[in-house]
Amino acid sequence: MSDGHGSRQATVVPDRSFSFLANARREVASRGLFDVPVVDCDCHLYETSAMPEIIRHIENPNVRRSFERMSPGMLMHAMLPGNLGDRSVSGRIKTDLDMQLPTGDRAGIHRLAAGLLHSMDQMAIDYSILFPTPMLTLGTHPMPEVEVELGRAYNRWLVRDVLPASPRIRTMAYLPLSDPDASVAFVEEFADAPGVVGFMVTAVRYQPIHENRFMKVFAALNERAAPLAFHSGPNWSDRPFEQLNRFLSAHALGFPFYAMLQLTNVVVNGIPERFPNVRFCFMEAGQAWVPFLIARLDGEYRQRASEAPLLKRLPGAYIRDMFFTTQPFEQLDDVDHMRTVFETMAADTQLLYSSDYPHQDFDLPTLIWDLPFLSEQARRNILGGNAMRLFGLPAPERPAVTVERPHPA
Amino acid sequence: MATEYRVGPLDEIPERGGVLAIAGDVEVGVFRVDGGLRAYENRCRHQGGPVCTGEILGRYVADLNADGTIAGERFDDDQLRIACPWHGWEYDLATGRCAADPRFGLRRFEVLVREGDVYVMVGDR
Repeated sequence: MSDGHGSRQATVVPDRSFSFLANARREVASRGLFDVPVVDCDCHLYETSAMPEIIRHIENPNVRRSFERMSPGMLMHAMLPGNLGDRSVSGRIKTDLDMQLPTGDRAGIHRLAAGLLHSMDQMAIDYSILFPTPMLTLGTHPMPEVEVELGRAYNRWLVRDVLPASPRIRTMAYLPLSDPDASVAFVEEFADAPGVVGFMVTAVRYQPIHENRFMKVFAALNERAAPLAFHSGPNWSDRPFEQLNRFLSAHALGFPFYAMLQLTNVVVNGIPERFPNVRFCFMEAGQAWVPFLIARLDGEYRQRASEAPLLKRLPGAYIRDMFFTTQPFEQLDDVDHMRTVFETMAADTQLLYSSDYPHQDFDLPTLIWDLPFLSEQARRNILGGNAMRLFGLPAPERPAVTVERPHPA
Repeated sequence: MATEYRVGPLDEIPERGGVLAIAGDVEVGVFRVDGGLRAYENRCRHQGGPVCTGEILGRYVADLNADGTIAGERFDDDQLRIACPWHGWEYDLATGRCAADPRFGLRRFEVLVREGDVYVMVGDR
C-alpha cells in the first residue's frame, strides 16, 4: 500500500514481541541448509520440568519419596548439586521464552519432544542427540545411589516416553560412573534400546576414571563398540573456581577444564589401547584447546614416557582419533589460526556440529557453514556426515517442515 | 535503491524505547534515543538473532576510587544499550556499534519525520 509520498506502510509489531527462532529459520534458509543433512550432537532438555514423570521410574523407595515430596525448584537445591549462576545475564538473554513456543501439528507426542522437533525444524536440524541439563552435575552427588536411581529413571523415561516420538530424536544414555556395577547394568539395559546411540558420562565428577574398578565399564562399552561421551559443564562450586567472581569466568574455563581433565586421564592411562573399540567423544567444551592439549601431552610424554607405559603412540595420536563437538564455537580472529586448529585435530572427520540449544550460548549450524577455509565436503562432514557415520544414522528423510510465522498475532 | 516505509506516528514510539516494524522483507527496529531516532535491522551481527526485540538498559559501569578499589556498580542511563535476546550481545543504541567489540555494528537505516509520522528508508540487501 502506498501513500501520497510514494511510501509503503510498514507493519508494526506490538511491544516488539517476537517468535524466538524466526530469525534462525531465515539464517539457515538463506544458506540452503534445509538441503544439507545436519546432526545436532549436543542439545538439551530441561528435565526438571518433567520430574514428576521421571521419578515414577526410581526404584529405591526412600530416594523416590524424597523426589516425590519436592517441587522442581526445591529439587534443584536439595537433590541436584552444582548449578550456581545466572545464565540469563540478569534477564538480558531470553532463551526461557522458547518454553512457550508453539509445538505445531504434533498432537499425541510428548510435549518436550514436540517442542524439540519444532526448534529442530527452525534450525534445519535433521537429528538431535539429547542430553539433560541440571543432571550434568549429578556425578558430584555424595550419594552414589542418587546418581544411579535418577540416572536410571531418566534413561527409562526418555526411552519409553520421549524418544518414540520421532526417529529424529536420539540420546546417549546416562551412565552413573560413581557405581561401576550399576554402570555395566545400564549398558546392558540400554545399549539396544531404540533411539540410544551411545552412552554419556558427566565430566564434572571426582572419581578418577583410570582406577581398576572402572575398567568393567569400558569393557562393556568396548564389547558393543559403543560411543562414549564425556559431557562437560561448569562447576562454580569446585574449589579452584571459587576464586572466580563472575559467571563469565567460571563458564569460560569450566567446560574445557573438565574435558581436558577426563581426556588426559583416558589417554595417559592407555584406555584406548585397552579398549580400542570405544569411540570417545567430548561434548560442549569447544575445540580451540585441543591443539594446546596435544602439544602439552606430547611434550610431557617425550620426557616421561615411563609414566604412561601403555601408550604405543604419542598422546596426540590418540586424541586425533577422538570426536569433539563444536559448541561453544570459538571464533578466532585469525582465520589461518582457525584452519590450523581444524587440521591439527583432524576436524574433517572428527568434529561434530552441536547447537547446545536451548541453552543460552547456543550455536546455529550457520557458524560452520560460513567458515571460509572449509571445503563444502568438510562442512557437510562436520554438520552431519561425521555424526551419521559415528552413530550409524541413516540418511535423513526430509520431513514436512512446520513453518513458523514471523511473529505471533 | 531504497524504499520508504511509513512506520507510524512519532508519538507512538516511546522515549528511550522503540518499535519493531516489518518493512517489506526486512524487520526494522526504530528507537528514540538522545533526542533523535535510529533505525536498525533486526539481525544481530553475531548469529542473526532478533536484536531489536531485546532489553534496553543503561550501560553497566563500575566506579573506581582513587586508590583503585571499586566504589560501586550502577547503570548509566545516559548510555542506552540494547541486548540481543539470543546470546546477550549488547549494542550502543545511539550508534549501533557492538559495545564489547565495536568492529561489529548493526545495519542502519535512514529515519525521517514528516508531518508527525516516522518513515524509514530500507535499501536493497
